[in-house]
Amino acid sequence: MKYHVDQNGYYGEFGGAYIPEMLYPNVEELRNQYLDITSEASFKEEFESLLRDYVGRPTPLYFAKRLSERYGAKFYLKREDLNHTGAHKVNNTIGQILLAKRLGKQRIIAETGAGQHGVATATVCALMGMQCVVYMGEIDIARQAPNVARMKMLGAEVRPARSGSRTLKDATNEAIRDWINNPVNTHYIIGSAIGPHPYPDMVTRFQSVISEEIQKQLQEKEGRNAPDHIVACIGGGSNAAGAFYHFLDNEQVNIIAVEAAGKGIESGHSAATSALGKKGIIHGCKTLLMQTEDGQITEPYSISAGLDYPGVGPMHAHLYASRRAEFISITDDDAMKAGLELAQLEGIIPAIETAHALAIPEKRPFRKDEIVVINLSGRGDKDLNTYIDHFKL
Amino acid sequence: MNRINKKLQEKDDILSIYFTAGYPGLHDTLPIIKALQESGVDMIEIGLPFSDPLADGPTIQESSVQALKNGMTTAVLFEQLKAVREDISIPLIIMGYFNPILQYGVEEFCAQCAKAGIDGLIIPDLPVDVYQKEYMATFEKYGLANIFLITPQTPESRVRYIDEVSNAFIYMVSSASVTGSNSGFGAQEQGYFKRIDALNLRNPRIVGFGISNGETFKQATEFAKGAIIGSAFIRQLTKKGIKGIGEFVDGIRQVKKIL
Ligand SMILES: Cc1ncc(COP(=O)(O)O)c(C=O)c1O
Repeated sequence: MKYHVDQNGYYGEFGGAYIPEMLYPNVEELRNQYLDITSEASFKEEFESLLRDYVGRPTPLYFAKRLSERYGAKFYLKREDLNHTGAHKVNNTIGQILLAKRLGKQRIIAETGAGQHGVATATVCALMGMQCVVYMGEIDIARQAPNVARMKMLGAEVRPARSGSRTLKDATNEAIRDWINNPVNTHYIIGSAIGPHPYPDMVTRFQSVISEEIQKQLQEKEGRNAPDHIVACIGGGSNAAGAFYHFLDNEQVNIIAVEAAGKGIESGHSAATSALGKKGIIHGCKTLLMQTEDGQITEPYSISAGLDYPGVGPMHAHLYASRRAEFISITDDDAMKAGLELAQLEGIIPAIETAHALAIPEKRPFRKDEIVVINLSGRGDKDLNTYIDHFKL
Repeated sequence: MNRINKKLQEKDDILSIYFTAGYPGLHDTLPIIKALQESGVDMIEIGLPFSDPLADGPTIQESSVQALKNGMTTAVLFEQLKAVREDISIPLIIMGYFNPILQYGVEEFCAQCAKAGIDGLIIPDLPVDVYQKEYMATFEKYGLANIFLITPQTPESRVRYIDEVSNAFIYMVSSASVTGSNSGFGAQEQGYFKRIDALNLRNPRIVGFGISNGETFKQATEFAKGAIIGSAFIRQLTKKGIKGIGEFVDGIRQVKKIL
């Protein structure tokens, strides 16, 4: 239990539900029901069958031979990029839409940064015939155009967030305001392991299928059910939470959380929350966040829209504070290089978010016999323009 | 007795005005407070601006962004309020989100409020249960009232819980919305005002959100002790500046006077 959520919704000193009273009935309804609903046999059956037949799970655990030869350890890639819609995000949206249906909601809202969560939400809304509104920062709308088009094609309405830094944090503010304005018929599908309790735990549980499969797959391939190291990138922390989940209590497994350093931690253009953040409150939870001396939330920067968030989920704040996990930050340039390298070594073009995790072999030495699993959270189709600009392709 | 309680005992149809400290200009805080008192406002909510005001609509958010750009901080606000009680006798409340208060230090924040003569606080994202467990003793030590919100969706049991913990008034959010909506009150809102009135709570209620003119003020005060105007006041401040305050307040009271 040390690293899991407690009865009051806290991970150590992080978490809780710091929400305006207007959101209380919605959040309370979820808190009271999420465990009961998600443990019903009919829920599990529907969730598992959609993950299998619609999403395409289990995703492969692929032994990356050439990457391993280059960096001198055994690197496995958990292929979340092969999920329907191209990233891990859909594991969570499938779970939440089934929950929303059982709560009798008719309308779905979501925030999105890279657009992956927006696409995953628009997808499940199409699948279930539900109305869908996605909030997205104006800047992200410009840099993730293909995903905006996908959401529209899937029947979702994309509403630009024009306040603040016009990125993920502001899209989240707008989604929360929408929920305040529509408290009865609407469910808010948060896309990361952030927000008021029970969201971080709920999203983590839906994503935990990632580490559940890794356990089984490693058993088959290596005769052991845990790696020496598990590596994932962190925006809000949902793919990481899912990849770490079943290894949290196994202290033999070293956890490596990878943040976006942007142009460098000291540059003033960064999203490395563990290095730059302090304890505070953002979007309804107590966690580490980037802020001024005066408690104003600052505007993060990363080349990847999905890591461009000034906080981390409360579970990760606790993993950091308790030193359970190693936190490493990777610059834009190093991430881009790692993305290109994976394309040319393994024939896989990763999302730029994921490319941050893929920069770890270059950054940190491993022993030759160690097994390292890197969560390949998404594919790079949505990022081609950024790759083209960066490498003048 | 706290100035808020006293005012609520003395008077009906309380008009409370919210404004964002540091807007339109950094040093407008005191002049605005003075103009409000002179124009006969009963109570003032001084907004401590926050970068991410979740419960607020565009008007208050934009005024907050501008106030922060102008250089408003918690320390600057307390500096400005140092001598406020030399001229101002009406109740003063600070409304702010929890993170800036947490960073300042909750106890130190309360101490500075007490020193400046602030009577109460409204912190929309500090839930009542966390307050009761962790901060109530501190607020009481400094004689500060903490004011909680209820909405049309708040279950009766929770309204009663909030009533138990409150010691000034209950801030009744008029409808399911962020601040700044402007559509007037229909049968639904009226029904909610009446329903809460019939609960015979210990604390009086003041209605906020969506009150923008004499008409909505009158409707709100029919079943409650008073009403709070925020976005509509800021919009008028943007348009006409401090000199327009008297006229604005008269406009709100007008309908009431005629009737
Ligand atoms: C492919 C991919 N990986 C990672 C992330 C970061 O989110 P999280 O930290 O919640 O996994 C995103 C977010 O958009 C993403 O699209």
